Amino acid sequence: MYQLTVDELHKQYGTHEVLKGVSLQAKAGDVISIIGSSGSGKSTFLRCINFLEQPSQGRIFVGNEEVRTVSDKNGALRAADPRQLQRLRTRLAMVFQHFNLWGHMTVLENVIEAPVNVLGLDRDEAIVRARRYLAKVGLASAVEDKYPSHLSGGQQQRVAIARALAMEPDVMLFDEPTSALDPELVGEVLRVMQALAEEGRTMVVVTHEMGFAREVSNHVIFLHQGRIEEQGDPKQVLVAPKSERLAQFLSGSLK
Amino acid sequence: MNEIIAIVQEYGQAYLWSDGYRLSGLAMTLWLLLLSIAIGFVMSVPLAVARVSSNRFISGPVWLYTYVFRGTPLYIQLLIIYSGIYSLESVRTQPLLDAFFREGFNCTLLAFALNTCAYTTEVFAGMIRETPHGEIEAARAYGMSRFTLYRRIILPSALRRALPSYSNEVILMLHSTSIAFTATVPDLLKVARDVNSATYASFEAFGIAAVLYASVVFALVWLFRRCERRWLAFLQPRAH
Repeated sequence: MYQLTVDELHKQYGTHEVLKGVSLQAKAGDVISIIGSSGSGKSTFLRCINFLEQPSQGRIFVGNEEVRTVSDKNGALRAADPRQLQRLRTRLAMVFQHFNLWGHMTVLENVIEAPVNVLGLDRDEAIVRARRYLAKVGLASAVEDKYPSHLSGGQQQRVAIARALAMEPDVMLFDEPTSALDPELVGEVLRVMQALAEEGRTMVVVTHEMGFAREVSNHVIFLHQGRIEEQGDPKQVLVAPKSERLAQFLSGSLK
Repeated sequence: MNEIIAIVQEYGQAYLWSDGYRLSGLAMTLWLLLLSIAIGFVMSVPLAVARVSSNRFISGPVWLYTYVFRGTPLYIQLLIIYSGIYSLESVRTQPLLDAFFREGFNCTLLAFALNTCAYTTEVFAGMIRETPHGEIEAARAYGMSRFTLYRRIILPSALRRALPSYSNEVILMLHSTSIAFTATVPDLLKVARDVNSATYASFEAFGIAAVLYASVVFALVWLFRRCERRWLAFLQPRAH
């Protein structure tokens, strides 16, 4: 039984096809890293999964429920039933490259926002939950009344991870979560993600961190020009790549 | 100096709150300001949302409204509403319209509210457009409906960011209320004019009004400072 299934996803910008049929299946506890050079379509792929971008073809299942889609006049797919999409999105919490915390809310308000106003959780219960996850990402209660702009990038990203955890989602989607961070702040975020992986959370991670892909994930997908060039167990794929492209890509990164 | 004391003794009450049988002076000015700002605010929030709509049939009429009211002097708007509309036969024969437009106060309030609402709508619409795209994306990714997105993310953020421009609009509106005398509303300037014609002490008569206007502005600035400190803390540099 898969938590997330993406079947033959295509995405077109005008006449340019960025994704040419990409599939993915995530079982509970899977940590899937998606790697590839910039322009390979990896972020676009992730963003199509929760329809932040409209794919042009393909099917997406959350659990065994398919996102019902219709084609709009530009040939892109959109959700046939916005309510269904909203409900399924709550099961796919996303962590963004630029954190995207809500600037006018404090840390605690950011974390309880969607549980209270989307899931309909009782506010007090949401606060208990939020404090639990803020502690899990290593944020002391002293920061909970601060605004995001008053935190470091690493702290902001950990708040964003706590915000995702507070949804208690089936799958967590990470879109290059460390790419906007100063090098010395990358570690604190990766350690949190590693801890989540060890807890058995299902994660799909678009990343440039080869160390993370190799050590933490149990499956790695290498995208090249909108296609899966190679995939499999990171211990094999990243150590002894079969395709020339991946070998080339890996030789370009030091780790 | 004696002149001022004499004027304050005789007309102080008219300057501040009552000319003997109705609201006048500062109280009337503040009442006009409060009502027009309140009406303008309540209407401008939905209008601003409509203004940024990608549907032209929704944003178009709002654009036209703000264009007309920002493109003509408030004084002319007041004259048209007060003298112009009431001169129409069809308005006077309608008992309800007749009753409304016969009152100078109603006409003034209508003109002021429509005018400030037009400016406020554009201020709010600008701030809605400037909402960081990532925050909207996050809200969608967390399953918010359009309504929740506006209610919880876009509007609270935009209205906070609009505070500095909005406080400006309120202060400009205060000064604009001084044309209310055109429609025989006994506002602060009307009292000053009456004192001027009764005493010929122009400097004192208008000077007192000016001081009162300046005091209100001072209070408004202080009030908005406090609001900004509270609601704009998220934009302030980090406090160490």
